Amino acid sequence: MTASTLHVPTAGPGAGDPVLEIENLSVDYGYTDDATHVLRDVSLTLHRGEVLGLAGESGCGKSTLAYAAMRLLPPPGLITSGSVHFTDRDGTRTDVLRQSDAELRASRWQDMSVVFQGAMNSLNPVFRIGRQIADGILAHRPRTTRKEALEQAAGLLEMVGINADRARDYPHQLSGGMRQRVMIAMALALDPQVLIMDEPTTALDVVMQRQIVEEIADLRERLGFSVVFITHDVSLLIEIADRIAIMYAGDVVEDARAQDVYRRPRHPYSSALLHSFPPLRGERRELTGIPGAPPDMQRMPPGCPFAPRCAHTTDVCREVRPALGPTALADRGEQEAARRVACHLHDAAAGRGGGSLPAGLAR
Amino acid sequence: MRFAVRRTIFYLITAWAAVTINFLIPRLMPGDPVTALMGRMQGRIDSNAEQSIRVLFGLDTESSVWQQYVDYWGLLLRGDLGLSFTFFPTPVADIVQQALPWTVGLVGIATIIAFTLGTLVGTAIGWRRGTWADSLLPITTFFSAVPYFWLGLIAITVFSVTLGWFPSSGSYDRGLVPTWSWEFVGSVIYYGFLPALTVVLSSVAGWILGMRNMMVTVSSEDYVTVAHAKGLPERAVTVGYAARNAILPQVSSFALSLGFVVGGTLIMEMVFSYQGIGYTLFQAVNTQDYPLMQGCFLVITLAVLGANIIADFVYAALDPRTRQEG
Ligand SMILES: Nc1ncnc2c1ncn2[C@@H]1O[C@H](COP(=O)(O)OP(=O)(O)OP(=O)(O)O)[C@@H](O)[C@H]1O
Ligand SMILES: [Mg+2]
Repeated sequence: MTASTLHVPTAGPGAGDPVLEIENLSVDYGYTDDATHVLRDVSLTLHRGEVLGLAGESGCGKSTLAYAAMRLLPPPGLITSGSVHFTDRDGTRTDVLRQSDAELRASRWQDMSVVFQGAMNSLNPVFRIGRQIADGILAHRPRTTRKEALEQAAGLLEMVGINADRARDYPHQLSGGMRQRVMIAMALALDPQVLIMDEPTTALDVVMQRQIVEEIADLRERLGFSVVFITHDVSLLIEIADRIAIMYAGDVVEDARAQDVYRRPRHPYSSALLHSFPPLRGERRELTGIPGAPPDMQRMPPGCPFAPRCAHTTDVCREVRPALGPTALADRGEQEAARRVACHLHDAAAGRGGGSLPAGLAR
Repeated sequence: MRFAVRRTIFYLITAWAAVTINFLIPRLMPGDPVTALMGRMQGRIDSNAEQSIRVLFGLDTESSVWQQYVDYWGLLLRGDLGLSFTFFPTPVADIVQQALPWTVGLVGIATIIAFTLGTLVGTAIGWRRGTWADSLLPITTFFSAVPYFWLGLIAITVFSVTLGWFPSSGSYDRGLVPTWSWEFVGSVIYYGFLPALTVVLSSVAGWILGMRNMMVTVSSEDYVTVAHAKGLPERAVTVGYAARNAILPQVSSFALSLGFVVGGTLIMEMVFSYQGIGYTLFQAVNTQDYPLMQGCFLVITLAVLGANIIADFVYAALDPRTRQEG
């Protein structure tokens, strides 16, 4: 295994129990018949203690998935089918989509918290940051006094490397990186079990990115929460994620351990995605990029959404949409059997030991 | 604190510029209103008063413009705005002083009511956008689209002439002595109700629309989504996060409209023959009473300025970003 400096898995994939299960989730933008189907039957499971990376090109629906799982979709976003289950530390399993408003409000931030993509605008410009962290604490822990909550807020800021004095600052007095840290501190205020991070480092320079990613890895180890880490930077994910789900045009097309995705991609899109950035270490490989552009979500062709850009397209690809299922190499062992891929190549090669798979997808 | 000092200096300069312009304008006007006035008054103006009027109008050709300017400031600082032609020999300062409280009282209160009401309703509609509440919007738009004088005349026709519920003009029962008695105050409220109602009706729509639109904009801001994600109570999100930010532009417009309280009520006071500063200005224009006009303009200018000062400080109190140093 490539020595990863950051990633110390506290629980291997599958070892933890599921904490967040998204099943067949579909999301539309728009209420009429011509609504855009942005997510179609997406299933994803996050295990306790795990860092799950979610990668894919811009516009493939990563943020939509995060918002939908938290029931925070902005209008006209609408969950049309599927379920989201959250399993508490004591094993109680709740259907997030069926919670009443009051239950939802009570569970938010304690069970699942989130750092949004636009962390620059995630802070209320007219309140001091200490107060903004404290009000979340006060809303869920009514016995806490205001003073205690503010002290906790200062402690949280220290934890993410911001001087506690800055708690009295307004958001505009902080740099972008500091605001990002404040958001992380805020998200951890109630010791949540699931932390969703939507491109938490995209707006930052490389040095700051690295610092924050290291900090997240560090905090996760100490506090033991599970993370969904969303980014289009696959190289970053390979370092910090235990498992990676690759999304394409509103579908999860591959779901496997991070190292497996990196070294042995099974989906042509994952393979192409990996060849569009330089490898971190190890052998050099050719950078190819992906020809064409992602499909227009408003007018999705039938069949596999990746078919127009895929080098291995067959007739069935243009007509039938592939479902997420086992790979053609599932008989190679337990690890391989746990992988999921949505590609007709694997359906065709199944049972034949993957003999008909292109070489790049059968490593 | 540096913020306060900077703003104060800025406003002092603005006030100085306003007064100076007020000094220059009559000097740019052709003709000699004072001589005309002397003729009309046929010697009833003593030579002292004549000199004071000439100073105010820049007609004392013996002294230099600079000397005139200094004298003008001297008169202003003593509160001497000259004598009114129409109400001769009442000093302009007295007339303005009498008219001002009526305008500030009636229109000021009406504006505050309209702002408060409009902002509250706008918050509610904006937060529940896409529900039945949105159907209120066309009604409010109608009231803001109707020209004010027409609304005023309709109100008089319906409520005064036809129904006889309210008096159609004046500001209190002339049979009463102006004192702080319940009877007199009641009469003022009774007479002021209809004008105030029309002012509120015609301006509340603007506040509702402004606040609603800002609420809709702010509601999709990330920090509001974060507030939801934090599981804050609905009220806290609406008030502390959405409305608290949506109100900022409202406050600026409110300041401007407060400034217009003094100057912009001309039509209301004309329609209702209400004895405020607008009506006074109307009379002054009608009778070419230059000193009175000049006095009214000065008061209106200073009122707009004063309102802006208040708004500036309120805004700074509400929005930490404007307080930023440097
Ligand atoms: N309000 C909306 N109305 C219609 N379509 C929308 C709306 N919001 C998002 N979409 C569409 O949903 C798709 C997914 O958007 P989403 O924000 O989830 O992408 P993303 O994967 O997070 O992209 P990025 O990496 O750029 O953040 C996009 O194709 C976008 O055009
Ligand atoms: Mg996104």
